[in-house]
Order: sequence, then C-alpha cells, then structure tokens
Amino acid sequence: MSDYSLMSDSISKSFGRRLIFSDINFKWEEKGIFGISGPNGSGKSTLVKIIAGLISPSRGKLIHKNSTGEIIPEKLHNHLGFVSPYLVLYEEFSAWENLKIFAEIRGVTFDEARILFYLKEFLLESRKDDLVKTYSSGMKQRLKFIFALMHSPEVLIFDEPTSNLDDDGKKVVYKIIQDQGKHVVVIVASNETKDLELCNEIILLEKFKN
Amino acid sequence: MIAKPFALFKKDFSSELRTRYAINSLAMFIIVAISVILFSIGNERITESLTGGLFWVVIFFTAMSGLARAFVSEEERGTSLTLQLISAPSTVFSGKLLFNIILVFCMNTVIALLYSALFEEFVVKNFPLFLLTFILGNFGLAISSTIIAAIIAKAGAKGTLYPVLSFPILLPLILTSVQLTLFSFDGTSFEGAKFELAIVVGYDVIMLTASYMLFDFIWKD
Repeated sequence: MSDYSLMSDSISKSFGRRLIFSDINFKWEEKGIFGISGPNGSGKSTLVKIIAGLISPSRGKLIHKNSTGEIIPEKLHNHLGFVSPYLVLYEEFSAWENLKIFAEIRGVTFDEARILFYLKEFLLESRKDDLVKTYSSGMKQRLKFIFALMHSPEVLIFDEPTSNLDDDGKKVVYKIIQDQGKHVVVIVASNETKDLELCNEIILLEKFKN
Repeated sequence: MIAKPFALFKKDFSSELRTRYAINSLAMFIIVAISVILFSIGNERITESLTGGLFWVVIFFTAMSGLARAFVSEEERGTSLTLQLISAPSTVFSGKLLFNIILVFCMNTVIALLYSALFEEFVVKNFPLFLLTFILGNFGLAISSTIIAAIIAKAGAKGTLYPVLSFPILLPLILTSVQLTLFSFDGTSFEGAKFELAIVVGYDVIMLTASYMLFDFIWKD
C-alpha cells in the first residue's frame, strides 16, 4: 500500500482576468480513485496540470508527501504517471524505443518483462516495433497508459482516460484504473459518466467558480 | 548524474538522424553562406581581419539557422509536456546543451576546414590560441543559443525572435572571439591576448550559471 498523500490548500487559478476556479481544497491519501468533473472549460485539465506540477496555481498550494516527507517539484516526475489526449509521444520512434528512452531519461531500470506484460495488456504487443506515427489515435492513447505505469508511480493522473478508445480499449483502461486504485492514488478527470462511476470521491469544478 | 542528460542527448541524436531537423538546415546554410562570400569576393584580395570577421559571421548565422531546433522541435511536436513528465528541468537543459555543444563543434569544424581550404588569407600563426578561442567561443555560442532557444520556443514568431534576441546576447562573445581570431592570425602570444581570453571565459561561466538558474522558470509554463 502507498503512503502517499496529496493535499491542496485553497488552490485558485486564473488566466489574466479570467478566473478558472478558486479555493479548491482536498486531501487524498494512500489509495483510491478520485474524480474531477465539470463542463468544458471548467478547468479539469488545468487542475490536473497543477496537481502534476506542470503549471503553478495563481493562489494556494499543493503538497505531495510520502514517507520521506514533502516531495520537491524537481523530483515530482518520479512519483507521477500521467495520461492525457494532449500528451504526445515521439512519433519517429517505435513504442518499444519510446518506452526505453523514457526509462533512461527517468533514470529507472527498463524492466522488459513488465513492459511486455503491459504491451500485452493494452493489446499492443504485436505492434511494439512499429513507429508510433503509424499508430491510430486509440493505439497512441493505450501506449500512453504504459508510459504512465512503467515506473510504478505513487500517483496516477488520467485526464480523459477513455478518449479515442474503442470498447475493448475502454475495458482494459477501466480494469487498470480499478486495479491501481486499490494500491495508489488514481485521479480521473473526465465528463464521461462511466469513467466517474469508478471514483470514490468527485470534485465538481462548477462549484468553485467564485 | 550525467546518465540522464546523456540519455536525453542520445534521444535527440537518434531523433536528429531520423528526422534531419537541424543537420540539413545547418549544412545548407554553411554551403550557401560560404559560396555567397566567395562569389562576392571574386578575384579581390581580402585582408586577414576581414577573413576573421567573416569566419565568425558565418558561424553566428549558421548557429541562428539550426541551434534553436533543440527546443523548438519539442514545442512544435508537443513533446515538451512529455519531457516535463519524465525529467527535472536541469536534466533537460543539460541534455539539450550537450546536444548543441556537439552540433556547434561539428558545424564549426566544417566551417573552419572550408575556410582554411578556400580562403588564402585564413592563415593561423598561433594555432594553440586559435584552438582555445575556437573551443571557448563554441562553448559560449552553445550555452547562449540553448537558453535563447528555450525562451523563444514558447513564443509565436520564433524565426524572427531567435536572431533578434541572440544578437545583443552574443555580441560580446562574437566581438571578442573575432579579436582573438585576429590575434591568432598575426601570431600574438597568449600573454598579449589574456584580457580577451578572460572576457570569453567570464562570458561562458556567467552564461552557464545564469542559464541553469533561469531555466526552471523558462521551462515551466
């Protein structure tokens, strides 16, 4: 079980004069599936980017902690797995090469058995040596899940996890979300009712507009 | 400590071999620029100082045509976010800097070889001084170009902004390097060139320190 905790202290974000959301507070600990929902433009992707440390909040603070203490922003990437439709992998490399490159840059061991297991799980095993540019959008989305899971992160952030996926792909993703939610913190940002049905707790962003 | 930046360098190098983003533009620019200079000179004899100046002019503009790719290609392809998710800012900067250093040294070695083969006036009398100027100048050029590329990668008019922003930042380096190259042409000793050498070393150290300090802010949206 993970001893990871995520705590937000009155997070607000605005772009120029446009307020996206204000005073969001939550505390997510150890494990579970936590949802973020709201209409288009309500700031779901903005909030997940703040949680992932990719952008800073305009006000407030977000604290990532594990057994060793508070995690500094420079080290946050080692603890996170992230999937989103706007995440782009290197198209000039194959899936296998992409995953190997990511392991090397992260400085973690490239566990071939683990990668092969996930490639099989996400129905990509037979295409692992093909260049990513030859993949369909659904296949790219499935590869992003392997990218997120390969280093056994303590927090998984899935922004619109089922976008571009067919029914088979969705089934695999729902299974992964449920499995991972038993061990680590899984954050799902989505509008899909089925995605949100998996969550133990949901933040509705339209409540944080003022 | 170096393994992660080296892995990023390896990725950029393999990517470059497959996509030829920078190599093609750099090679074409070198050939075109030197050809234009040779055509415009014709049968005229040019002075050594003019040759030294033109040598660094070609180096400056070649750098402008290719070195921004390190960050611009990541931004244009949308892979900056992926990089942010797998590495610390210092790793990204070190990896990109390593790639640009190698690229600058390869490109400028080709330029130097072409100059020595095609220009009679390109005669180096103090070779160790020329070599040191070449190394220090290339380091400065790579460091400045990398941090400027990181800044302009986020902007709209990248093509215009890169030389405009680079010019004032690289001016002290280029002027001093031109002077040192001229010293190496007329055989000035290291003792006579120590002031200019100190400027270039100072420039490199300041730019490297400032770049590492600033990159964190530039890299994050």
